[in-house]
Amino acid sequence: MPGLAAVTARPAPAAKPGFFSRLKSGDQVAYLITLLFAALVLLIAVLIFYVLWQQSDLARQKFGFSFFTSTQWDHNGDNYGALPFIYGTLLTSFLALLFSVPLGVGAAIFLAELAPPKISNALTFMVELLAAVPSVIYGLLAIFTLVPLLRNYVDPALKAAFGFTPLFSGPVYGVGYLAAGAVLAIMTFPFIISVSREALLDVPREQREAALALGATRWEATWQAVVPYAKLGIMGSIFLGLARALGETMAVTMVIGNTPKISASLLSSGYTIASVIANEFAEASSDIFRDSLIFLALVLFLLTIVINGAARLLIIATTKKGSST
Amino acid sequence: MKRPEFLGLALAASLFATAALAAPRIIAAGASFPYPIYSKWFSEFKSEKGVEINYQSIGSGGGISLLTAGNVDFGASDRPLTDAEMGKMKSKPVIFATVLGAIVPIYNLAGVKQDLKFTGDALAGIYLGKITKWNDAALKAANPGVNLPNSDIVVVHRSDGSGTSFVFTDYLSKVSPEWKSKVGSNQSPNWPVEGMAAKGNEGVAGLVKQQPGSIGYVELNYAVQNKMAYGLMKNAAGKFLKADLPSVTAAGATAKTVPASITNAAAPDAYPISSFTYLLIPSKIDDAAKRTAITDFLKWMLVKGQSYNEGLDYAKLPPSIVASEQKLIADIH
Repeated sequence: MPGLAAVTARPAPAAKPGFFSRLKSGDQVAYLITLLFAALVLLIAVLIFYVLWQQSDLARQKFGFSFFTSTQWDHNGDNYGALPFIYGTLLTSFLALLFSVPLGVGAAIFLAELAPPKISNALTFMVELLAAVPSVIYGLLAIFTLVPLLRNYVDPALKAAFGFTPLFSGPVYGVGYLAAGAVLAIMTFPFIISVSREALLDVPREQREAALALGATRWEATWQAVVPYAKLGIMGSIFLGLARALGETMAVTMVIGNTPKISASLLSSGYTIASVIANEFAEASSDIFRDSLIFLALVLFLLTIVINGAARLLIIATTKKGSST
Repeated sequence: MKRPEFLGLALAASLFATAALAAPRIIAAGASFPYPIYSKWFSEFKSEKGVEINYQSIGSGGGISLLTAGNVDFGASDRPLTDAEMGKMKSKPVIFATVLGAIVPIYNLAGVKQDLKFTGDALAGIYLGKITKWNDAALKAANPGVNLPNSDIVVVHRSDGSGTSFVFTDYLSKVSPEWKSKVGSNQSPNWPVEGMAAKGNEGVAGLVKQQPGSIGYVELNYAVQNKMAYGLMKNAAGKFLKADLPSVTAAGATAKTVPASITNAAAPDAYPISSFTYLLIPSKIDDAAKRTAITDFLKWMLVKGQSYNEGLDYAKLPPSIVASEQKLIADIH
């Protein structure tokens, strides 16, 4: 883009062409300032890692790798392990995506491709509204409506139908993995719709028209020509939803039951990393207890990095195949 | 009354210090259970004496750590300090009981209209997972004539570390040797029973309200203010009592000094799951203006402050404790 005033109206060369004279060029200033902002992102991430690493020192030294495999959460003996929390975090996030991906992507396809513009705009506004609701509100709604619904109707029905499998065995409380997964699904749903819809809208018209010209029906054009083209954006929306699900604290704490154990049953109560930190950090009385909670935070941080890294690899792998175009 | 002179405050950390302040500004933090009465006290004290005390309700553990780190002028805690915590303090704190609270059992049994009676043994049995049905013999024996259902008991407890859990397990440890050896008293106990946990009094109350057949425990003033039904407890003298403020003060009167555990107190009209909550005041306060302000507050709290307690559903300190604490103020230098 030529024609920027600052570039064309370059001042006469100064006597000493040093740093400051170079700064007079607007491009340089903009470059430096924005670089600084971008570097902040890296700096914050590194600082978080450093602080978590340093503050979890006692727990890392005492438990080492066994922290990841131990199911103990013993306050009296000061013996801590992360496995029930890792399990709960991954399971609830997985359940959330299981529900919200088909619903969210489906809704995005409708809003971007099929709905009349008026309806699409109104609904998109509502979706953005949903994304802005604080998580504690979702938690309260879950306690007062979702949990009774699960306890009185959904859980007993699941137990009656599939009670012979370990997935739906045990007593029915209403709170538990399934309730947490369901509330997370509701919370990730607007993110997935919003970002997927943008991705679908970015698909060039020609893509759709070409499919229609070849005799495809409207749905065939959408499903076979438009959606694959927007695959990257849709995957991005899913990982954004996943990131929210992994770190969500309040709403999950309110409905998961907060018991540090591993159970195959989705109806059973459990715990997540973010919930246990929220519950116990304020009253972590001994140093090793506190350090173990910070170690858990480090585990969550690493978990997020690993999952996001895997997502990147997945995206790179699929783009290389060129399947999208 | 002597008004503390304005001194150049060494409040480097405080962003709030304003030049026009006529008195030292005091920062305190700790227990959330007494927060409503403390904020009432601090606002009354400010309007009477002009001294502002800023209290952060962040939990007992947080109050203890901030006091240890020297970030607050005094702390507040629902439980006495452990030896390890005491050892880390730069200046050994003087401990003042301020108000009393109690813990009551709440439950959700649709068919039962009467208030249920619990013995310590039965409550320990339920929380140990040994009593699993509402029509267990131990519960039936304490509640003759009540039609207890043959349904499972769902146990609800706190998920956050809490002074409430500490007092509750302290009581169970006194009435049940098995509880004492298996679990003991702890602000975040290792609950031996399969159940559900929720954050705060409101979380436990919410779960119990929702879950048929459940039992939980909350602070008395929380139950009173939310008009919840709660059970009677059998005290050490063998009497079933429904917790109220006089019965909690009666339990406090059994203590000779503070801090003291007053669960399962021996007095005939003492409610058994009662406890003090405390202020932790450093024994050495270098800033003279702050020292005067804090000791003034303590004197005020022990006399006039106590008159606000019952309006906010906190039990008053018994006169014996007030007298002994008035002498304790002299230990602050």
